[in-house]
Amino acid sequence: MSDVSFTVNGKRVSGSVEDRTLLVHFLRENLGLTGTHVGCDTSQCGTCVVHVDGRAVKSCSMLAVQASGSTIVTIEGLANGADLHPVQAAFKEHHGLQCGFCTPGMIMTATDMIARHPQGLDEATVRAELDGNICRCTGYHNIVKAILAASQAMAKGAKGKARQAA
Amino acid sequence: MGIEGVGARVARKEDKRFITGGGRYVDDMVVPGMKHAVFVRSPHAHAQIKKIDVRQAQAMPGVVGVLTGKELKADGIGNLICGWMIHSKDGTPMKMGAWSPLAVDKVRYVGDAVVIVIADTKGQARDAAEAVEITYKELKAVVEATKALEKGAPQIHAEAENNLIFDWEIGDGKATDAAIKSAAHVTRMKIVNNRLVPNAMEPRAALGHYDKAEDHYTCWTTSQNPHVARLVMSAFYNVAPENKLRVIAPDVGGGFGSKIYIYPEEIVCLWASKKTGVPVKWVADRTESFLADAHGRDHVSTVEMAFDKDNRITGLRVDTIANLGAYMSLFSSCVPTYLYATLLSGQYNIPAIHANVRTVYTNTAPVDAYRGAGRPEATYLLERTMETAARELAVSPAELRRKNFITSFPHQTPVIMNYDAGDYAASLDAAMKAADYAGFTKRKAEAAKRGKLRGIGMSCYIEACGIAPSAAVGSLGAGVGLWESAEVRVNAIGTIEVLTGSHSHGQGHETTFAQVVNQRFGVPIDSVSIVHGDTDKVQMGMGTYGSRSGAVGLSALVKALDKVEAKAKKIAAHLLEADEGDIVIENGEVKVAGTDKSLPWFQVALAAYTAHNLPAGMEPGLKETAFYDPANFTFPAGCYISEVEIDPETGVTEIVQFVAADDFGNIINPMIVEGQVHGGIAQGVGQALLEGAHYDASGQLLTASYMDYTMPRADDLPSFKVSTSNTPCPSNPLGIKGCGEAGAIGSPPAVINAITDALGVVDIAMPASPSTVWSAIRAKKH
Repeated sequence: MSDVSFTVNGKRVSGSVEDRTLLVHFLRENLGLTGTHVGCDTSQCGTCVVHVDGRAVKSCSMLAVQASGSTIVTIEGLANGADLHPVQAAFKEHHGLQCGFCTPGMIMTATDMIARHPQGLDEATVRAELDGNICRCTGYHNIVKAILAASQAMAKGAKGKARQAA
Repeated sequence: MGIEGVGARVARKEDKRFITGGGRYVDDMVVPGMKHAVFVRSPHAHAQIKKIDVRQAQAMPGVVGVLTGKELKADGIGNLICGWMIHSKDGTPMKMGAWSPLAVDKVRYVGDAVVIVIADTKGQARDAAEAVEITYKELKAVVEATKALEKGAPQIHAEAENNLIFDWEIGDGKATDAAIKSAAHVTRMKIVNNRLVPNAMEPRAALGHYDKAEDHYTCWTTSQNPHVARLVMSAFYNVAPENKLRVIAPDVGGGFGSKIYIYPEEIVCLWASKKTGVPVKWVADRTESFLADAHGRDHVSTVEMAFDKDNRITGLRVDTIANLGAYMSLFSSCVPTYLYATLLSGQYNIPAIHANVRTVYTNTAPVDAYRGAGRPEATYLLERTMETAARELAVSPAELRRKNFITSFPHQTPVIMNYDAGDYAASLDAAMKAADYAGFTKRKAEAAKRGKLRGIGMSCYIEACGIAPSAAVGSLGAGVGLWESAEVRVNAIGTIEVLTGSHSHGQGHETTFAQVVNQRFGVPIDSVSIVHGDTDKVQMGMGTYGSRSGAVGLSALVKALDKVEAKAKKIAAHLLEADEGDIVIENGEVKVAGTDKSLPWFQVALAAYTAHNLPAGMEPGLKETAFYDPANFTFPAGCYISEVEIDPETGVTEIVQFVAADDFGNIINPMIVEGQVHGGIAQGVGQALLEGAHYDASGQLLTASYMDYTMPRADDLPSFKVSTSNTPCPSNPLGIKGCGEAGAIGSPPAVINAITDALGVVDIAMPASPSTVWSAIRAKKH
């Protein structure tokens, strides 16, 4: 057993885990953050994506002890209180989800993708960047649309903020 | 149409919980004292179980139970059944072999469950599962249906000689023979429909909880039809009487057919919960899903299509061998028969049809309905044959189809179905226009300059949905009726709960069902809640599959709304001192037509519950239930066009354009309908280009993970051009045909027709992977 501690969605948490515990299992079972899902055994499907120190990570590919000390954001911590994150809002507006199982991972991947492309995104880039996330319901059509829309909305928001600052 | 009514593009009510991590799937459920189960599965495709030694496993840390099939049988748990009786053409019933939820003396496929291990944590259960010692005597295995029928093939079930489950036929053999004999041209093909793994993103799971004090069971399960699960577990598997068994299917992460069936795991978890005295949860690993979820398709067929000198189809003969795997899954027998051969007329006027279908046991995972279920196999066979015929006859594929279209309705086909409405030319025209079909030659020449092979292919599909008229399916062998139920509960303040036997696992029922209520009473959709997926809340229902929730589930809702409306009008007429026939309900108000007299909706509801002033003799309350049994199947149809570019150096196929023109009848929410089409196309393109379940000769599944089985990913697909036309369905009150499966049905032949067009070959196997395409190009050169 090992002791671990993290900041998860802004809160300090700690616990004692079996060494073999994956980060995803710690989040789901110890913290009850069940929005992060497990859809495969081989780090292929991306339903478990969370942010670790600001980077999108498949939480099934990391041990809880490896992640100890880091700052983690899960799907439950993405919205600002009652205000949805622009990516969450875009998924709803553009019907980027059906059964909802891949959705948390898709949204966490998309927010990271948008952050890494401040210059904006095009369809081919979004599709290539989604290589690590599988959806069986949507055919990706509306997921791609939602991410492009969120990217544009966030760029506009950032410009607005920049203008306000200036 | 109001902004939230029928036809409106309303964003989904259920999305909030899914986009914020608040979805509640079976694996998210925690019950006090809950333990975790792992199944020990057969590593062999075919073997006798000589000995099971669980002593070492029982002694492992955290283990609370290690249970075998012998104990399960001793407690009287029954074998799994197939619920649709098919008779062979000689009149004998199908040969159903025994399927014990835990194998007792023999295993028949890799993944067959043998032992359940229950421990404090999943890790401990997994460790202990490794310590279970099972001694097997391996037997020869067979994985291909055609080989399983050969003399001397391994005998899988004693009940089914030579592994033949049934040998069934439909149609007029003599008339078909005569048509082929006198034909001006006959197109002949061998058509293989590849085996697929459904792969809903949420793996199957079950949580069984036996409450000793109440002698009552609760089962949380990943089901598309919790009521059917309860019925079958109660009536056939002897788990518990229905009143002692509650089945809950909460949020379910996709189904595509694979979560219709009642599998061994939920039965065993319920039984094991009583046996061990603890709640038992099992969640499949992805590899377990590949091994033990019901697979789809896997047909091998030959087809002969006869034409007269004017290129009109005069006859169609089909011979199909369908692989049903190691056991007969719940609806496996109806898929290659009544969901397949009855659609072999396609969109075409074919005077004579005969189909023969043999179903076969093999040492592979059971095969059952997967999105489309039989109809993709029929469409693939017909539309590949039409394409080949057009090439052989040197006529345009579009015009050959158009010439043979059924144009007057109702149309009785020679294979049971009575098509009620459609306009196939409208879909064909819409698709050709959207695809700029006329401009293809130019695009092909341009692609050739870039060294690419460009091809175009179309497919005109029809399907039978709205499953199904109970008496009709009963006469064809179904063990259940296929109606649906709805209950509308108007609360005292006018908010509404709809209880439905349909189950939503991605289809957006919480929104579309509320839209239908909004259309009727003007109540905002936020004031309408949809309750489903719990046998303690909803009295009875048949669940969601076969694109039935709109056509059947919503029709039941309409019937219940009719009753609520009638009663509300009576109350309002009494309160407003008006004639009942003059009352109208609009925008949340109950009015006397042509006057300014009105009551807000909630006051009528309140009056129903205060019961201070109701018409004489009326019962208080405003709650109604209805059952709807469809009068006919519904017949969605459409035309799909796929355009591909192939890199001859690598064999990589790119779908450069995909057009879908569908006729789904009336539509409740176009946004949701488009989403269904997108997802179906992705699965169909997946079948055509990427997906295939491969067993080696010894019965090992080589494609048992996402590293081996190619799922369609975002960069494998283009954005799709989808549109709809509308010939309303005449047989149900909303005029709905259903849209859930069309994409998966119409798209595989469109893609393969495009690839064979690009390559100039007659056929290519699905999935047309780069290596398959590359080999076809090389074979053609030499």
